[in-house]
Amino acid sequence: MELKPGSRWRSAVCSTEVVIVRPPSAPVSLECGGQPLIAFAAERVEGAAPATEHAAGTAAGKRYFDADSGLEVLASKAGDGSLSVGGKALARKDAKALPSSD
Amino acid sequence: MHTTLLLDMAADAIPDRLALGPRADGLTFHELRARARGGAAWLAERGGDTVAFLGLNGPVLPVALFASGLLAKPFAPLNYRLPDADLNRLLARTAPSVAIVDDDMIPRLKACAGVTVVAMTAFEAACLDPAHRETELAYAEPDIAVLLFTSGTTGEPKAAILRHGNLTSYVISTVEFLGSDEDEAALVSVPPYHIAGISALLTGVYGGRRIVHLEAFTPETWVEAAAAEAITHAMVVPTMLGTVLDILEARGLTLPALKVLSYGGGRMPGPVIERALRVLPHVDFVNAYGLTETSSTVAVLGPEDHRAAIASTDAAVRRRLGSVGRPLPALELEIRDPDGRLLGPNQSGEIYVRGEQVSGEYTHKKVVQDDGWFATNDGGWMDEAGYLFVEGRLDDVIVRGGENISPGEIEDVLRAHPGVADVAVLGLPDDHWGEQVAAAIVGKDGAPAAEELAAWVRARLRSTKTPEVWAFRDALPYNDTGKLLRRQLKAEMAGPTKPAAG
Repeated sequence: MELKPGSRWRSAVCSTEVVIVRPPSAPVSLECGGQPLIAFAAERVEGAAPATEHAAGTAAGKRYFDADSGLEVLASKAGDGSLSVGGKALARKDAKALPSSD
Repeated sequence: MHTTLLLDMAADAIPDRLALGPRADGLTFHELRARARGGAAWLAERGGDTVAFLGLNGPVLPVALFASGLLAKPFAPLNYRLPDADLNRLLARTAPSVAIVDDDMIPRLKACAGVTVVAMTAFEAACLDPAHRETELAYAEPDIAVLLFTSGTTGEPKAAILRHGNLTSYVISTVEFLGSDEDEAALVSVPPYHIAGISALLTGVYGGRRIVHLEAFTPETWVEAAAAEAITHAMVVPTMLGTVLDILEARGLTLPALKVLSYGGGRMPGPVIERALRVLPHVDFVNAYGLTETSSTVAVLGPEDHRAAIASTDAAVRRRLGSVGRPLPALELEIRDPDGRLLGPNQSGEIYVRGEQVSGEYTHKKVVQDDGWFATNDGGWMDEAGYLFVEGRLDDVIVRGGENISPGEIEDVLRAHPGVADVAVLGLPDDHWGEQVAAAIVGKDGAPAAEELAAWVRARLRSTKTPEVWAFRDALPYNDTGKLLRRQLKAEMAGPTKPAAG
């Protein structure tokens, strides 16, 4: 999978959708619920579910990152599966709240 | 990342929450998206590579912005306050384009090759037409999101390019998705062709905060809208804040719903912000510094910074009320000397920024360096704690006998004089020194004498910074977004003026 900035992907096993914010420094396998993400235009298989060890959930509007590869994604839709790279869970980026300036 | 994804995310998560307009009959997030899709399908049939927009603030503005985004066509809001000749020249620069134009502004436009003019009402009708709303839109790869013509106070307006990636990077790194409570509402009074008008739409939508537009700013309508719509958040330029405070005090209003008032887009006079903190003690004040070329804010002075500064007896902390706060965590900011060398704390130089929100790009040239750094052309310095002080455009620096003199510092000193309502300091040609320091003064109840003001400045700054030429005026020339028209003032002052005695 070529995780280009701005490209959109969906989970094969739940409703999670992500957009790539920062690409990885080298190709990685980005998964949700333990299964590789599928192209945004692709259909998800009926009846699939996240693996129990990757079912912590993904929250819409949160950014997740992999410190090793530099990969950062934004979850554009929430789902039951959690994100991982090569089986290693992504960390949630908790941005410091900034005062509203607009 | 596509700016329309910001709207999609909000419309999926909170379809029924009000996104735009009054509490009584505003548009929901679902309806905003449906109209943007309808508008996009209709615009797609009209050709053109760019969507120009000429009109007042209102719910059509965000619909048109997102419709253009869906088509991946640059959205170019134009300044309707320009004289007709200038406006037509800008419009011609958008060709090939479709221009969405307020019906009553259409007569101002001349026919122009490559520009298809459509009436605002026709666009609005198309956004409601089920046939258009249900049209399947082909995916368009995002590139340029917005073209903004700079105010052109120093020459022909430049068209600044903001890409989808710049704007979305700014939004997702500064705003929490749906971080706003349902009762929050932002009053947007900066015009559509100002970067703050565009960024307010994107951050408002992503944060889930209702946006109320003021068609065009007057202090009276601003105060009335803020009260009627229980506005919680608003952004104003410095000239707006002073006039808003006048109305609030005259009418004895305090706007109890208002939580956060941010200001930016120019130098805020110290006396005005101190008065604002007094008149609106329940309000959090935020000073934001940014440029069109940086997708809006790059540094903020937050509410706690304001309170700490005003309460402090330490001069170094207190002066931070005149700073623009600290750089956003998602970007880098440096002060450099004219040779590009990095400067340390308290050393004045040019402000450079780097980050994904920084475009630094115009249609005629890219000014961002290969390593991503953008020279802002603003002078400034940082204190030891990283608070940024902006001195103003480097073009405005006065060079007198080889000494660089920043007008802002002298203006601040003069504005603190009780007899001065407004002031501008600039350089006028001088045979001996190259430039001499000149001050234009608007007095309060009869201006003080030039001698008195000169002594006031001399006592607080070096003698070389004391203006040698004084002009007393009823008002200073500003454009509608509160930027002082220095070039115009300079030209006027280069004529005969009354020299200071002694």
